[in-house]
Amino acid sequence: MARTKVKAWKSETPSLAGILWKLGTLGITDAIAVTMIMVLVAQELWLATAVSIVVLLVVNWIYLRKGGLPAKYLAPGVLFLIVFQVYVLLFSGYTAFTNYGSAHNGDKALAVQTIKNAAYRTLDGEDYTIALVKSDSTGARGFLMTSNADGQVYVGEDNKPKVLIPEGSYTLSPLCADKYDEDIENCAHAAESATGYTTVKPESLSELEKRKYSSLRVEIDPNDPTIGIKSSDFTIALPVQDTLQYDAEADTFTALTNDDYGTFMAGDVFKPASDGYFRLNGDIDSQKLDGGWRVEVGLANFEKIFTDVQLREPLVKVITWTFMFAFLTVLTTFILGLLIAFLFNHEKLKGKRIYRAVMILPYAFPGFLSAYVWVGLLNRENGFVNTVLLGQTPGNEGNFPWLLEENPARLAVLLVNLWLGFPYMFLITTGALQSIPSELNEAAEIDGASAWQNFRLIKLPLLLISIAPLLIASFAYNFNNFTIIYLLTKGGPNDSGITDYDVGGTDILITFVYKIAFSGTGQNYGLASAFSILIFLVIATISLISFRRTKKLEDIV
Amino acid sequence: MAQKKFNIFRWFLRTGWRHLVGLVVCMYAIFPILYILSTSLYPNNDINDTTALFAEISPANYIELFAQDTRPFGRWYLNTVYIGVFTALGSVFLSALAAFAFSRLRFRGRRGGLLSLILMQMFPSILGLVAIFGLMSDIGQVFPQIGLNTQAGLVLVYMGGALGAGTYLMYGFFNTVPKEIDEAATIDGASHARIFFTIILRLVAPILAVQMLLSYIGVTSDFVLASILLTDPNQLTLATGLQQFISDPYSKDWSMFAAGAVLSALPSLVLFLFLQKYITSGLTGGAVKG
Repeated sequence: MARTKVKAWKSETPSLAGILWKLGTLGITDAIAVTMIMVLVAQELWLATAVSIVVLLVVNWIYLRKGGLPAKYLAPGVLFLIVFQVYVLLFSGYTAFTNYGSAHNGDKALAVQTIKNAAYRTLDGEDYTIALVKSDSTGARGFLMTSNADGQVYVGEDNKPKVLIPEGSYTLSPLCADKYDEDIENCAHAAESATGYTTVKPESLSELEKRKYSSLRVEIDPNDPTIGIKSSDFTIALPVQDTLQYDAEADTFTALTNDDYGTFMAGDVFKPASDGYFRLNGDIDSQKLDGGWRVEVGLANFEKIFTDVQLREPLVKVITWTFMFAFLTVLTTFILGLLIAFLFNHEKLKGKRIYRAVMILPYAFPGFLSAYVWVGLLNRENGFVNTVLLGQTPGNEGNFPWLLEENPARLAVLLVNLWLGFPYMFLITTGALQSIPSELNEAAEIDGASAWQNFRLIKLPLLLISIAPLLIASFAYNFNNFTIIYLLTKGGPNDSGITDYDVGGTDILITFVYKIAFSGTGQNYGLASAFSILIFLVIATISLISFRRTKKLEDIV
Repeated sequence: MAQKKFNIFRWFLRTGWRHLVGLVVCMYAIFPILYILSTSLYPNNDINDTTALFAEISPANYIELFAQDTRPFGRWYLNTVYIGVFTALGSVFLSALAAFAFSRLRFRGRRGGLLSLILMQMFPSILGLVAIFGLMSDIGQVFPQIGLNTQAGLVLVYMGGALGAGTYLMYGFFNTVPKEIDEAATIDGASHARIFFTIILRLVAPILAVQMLLSYIGVTSDFVLASILLTDPNQLTLATGLQQFISDPYSKDWSMFAAGAVLSALPSLVLFLFLQKYITSGLTGGAVKG
């Protein structure tokens, strides 16, 4: 086809209104961006500031220069794409080569902080009733502490000695310091606010703030900085003694006392080891301190996937079921959808509209709700399916164990997914059927083809060509159909005791990997990311091959 | 007589059996929905022991649903609408812009760009959660308005996925608009922006509407991202909030859940029934020209 050169795009003369629109939008965007950059500067986040300034300049350059039209249309979407997808992809890709997880949750400074926060033991001695405060001048978090021994009031900030507050610059709470004491007249009262400080209510704090306050440690002994007070419930602070001391110069922890749990003895030295833990003398096989940091581990996660004996059995099972699940879902939904499409592709049928409206309902019903509704329907004792449709006794524990045993649960998952998916297949096959030229039908009839021959030899092949890409997409979608599995069975019923991994009878790869990353105690983002890269490769390969093949089909016809 | 009997038999062979199969499939399609509707109208059914559909009909559950303080259903509803509307508008606009570039302009990296959009979609997004959570928590430290636990933040995250999800589909639709139209407009002196906003967008408006609708439904059904990014009870969406009625074993409330589910599904059901035709074309558009 001869195409006129679309050079004309460049020679247009923009209208005044157009220019005003453009400048206005750009101006507002710039104003917002500059405000945000000022906030970044105020918080001294230099890297973020630099990146933002570069982005702002690039955006302005794209829109103010002449030409470069594609960039003008792509920039907004690409910006979002880079922040929320490309970054996420790269981060996950990088994570696959690290030991990132709940045991290795951040950088080394964080690990040091975590170890320090946990390394203490409670002493007997003077305790304090406290209120949480924030300094009005510096914003530092602190305790307003009233000694339960002598009633003196102090204020203390993190890792600093307590400071006595003179009477008159604090006010006492009208309630008793001991909240079980009801004798308001005679009981001891603790300070609730002090001048120069704002009192913060624990229940109004964010999780992050709570964590900061619970790691707060105020020194109380002028002679021994290893003795301080800490509070876990934000009402009482107890005296504690550090059990480990961190030497920032040497980057080591030294044990001050024996540990109650036998992890270390006084005088032990812990050094950073290559696996992201402080270990005794830095020796990789020796005792470690809980609280690691993220380190790069090379291909260790991938190696684990292919060689770990604990992982092998569940993995083979999960992979087999994932393919079965995706394939059977596409097959069953397609067959039912096709059947109905043929049924209704009949001009004389009355009430077609009503049938259509009813059959589209499962598709229109929000997916997450469907899963919940089906969980209720398939309840063993009282579910509608067992008690009404199958006529079993309500409340009987011997009823059919949908969702509770492996094979019934697999059947249930497929049935629910059929329910969810057949309307979609019905809609797309109907569309495809109607696009088959009626001349073909007529020609086949004239040639004496039976209805079945007509279907099998003419309609089905034509249909498959046009909807094959959609079937493949459906396969890929169901391969990773997290929602339906997770909300219906959570991947269960669980096989207990087979392996260390949390794996169940209906787990597909994606739910299995989700559990590795997010559930249980040993959350392992690194391993999960390695898995997701492999899943990605599988899906991408299947899709690419299939798209190629369908393209070939199209070329032939 | 013989003639008539023959006719019934013939009628069954030609169309009657279609009704029979149709009815069976309709039952399968509709009974879960009837069941939840019936449960929602049946008062005080905490342990989910329905024996007959519509045994009793009362609005009690609906009234109680809006009276709960700890589970502010009305609030969740508004949150969901807000998030859905803004995401649908924003993401359709973003992908329409990109689709226009891919469909109408020729530039280096065009094919590569399209291909990488498709490929990126294949990465299991669930596993990006760690990164997204970390990102949003970092953003929230500096800009609490768009960080964790804010609806605006969630909308931004959803819009990040828009380009991958919508562009390719929209690209297919834009290609169906004959190029001659905008070439003629160019000759008449229209700028590219004018062509995009007043000609192309207008021509594909029904498809844009369907895309928005599908995006709205997709976003308002999302469970995973919303449950990780929103935690404050007042900020929850329906997908994350409703789950509370049935997930906590100590305060299970099947009646409340059923009433909430019916109200949540209503907009989507109504829209689907009225816009059936358009939705079908929106689904199949790229691949099937039906």
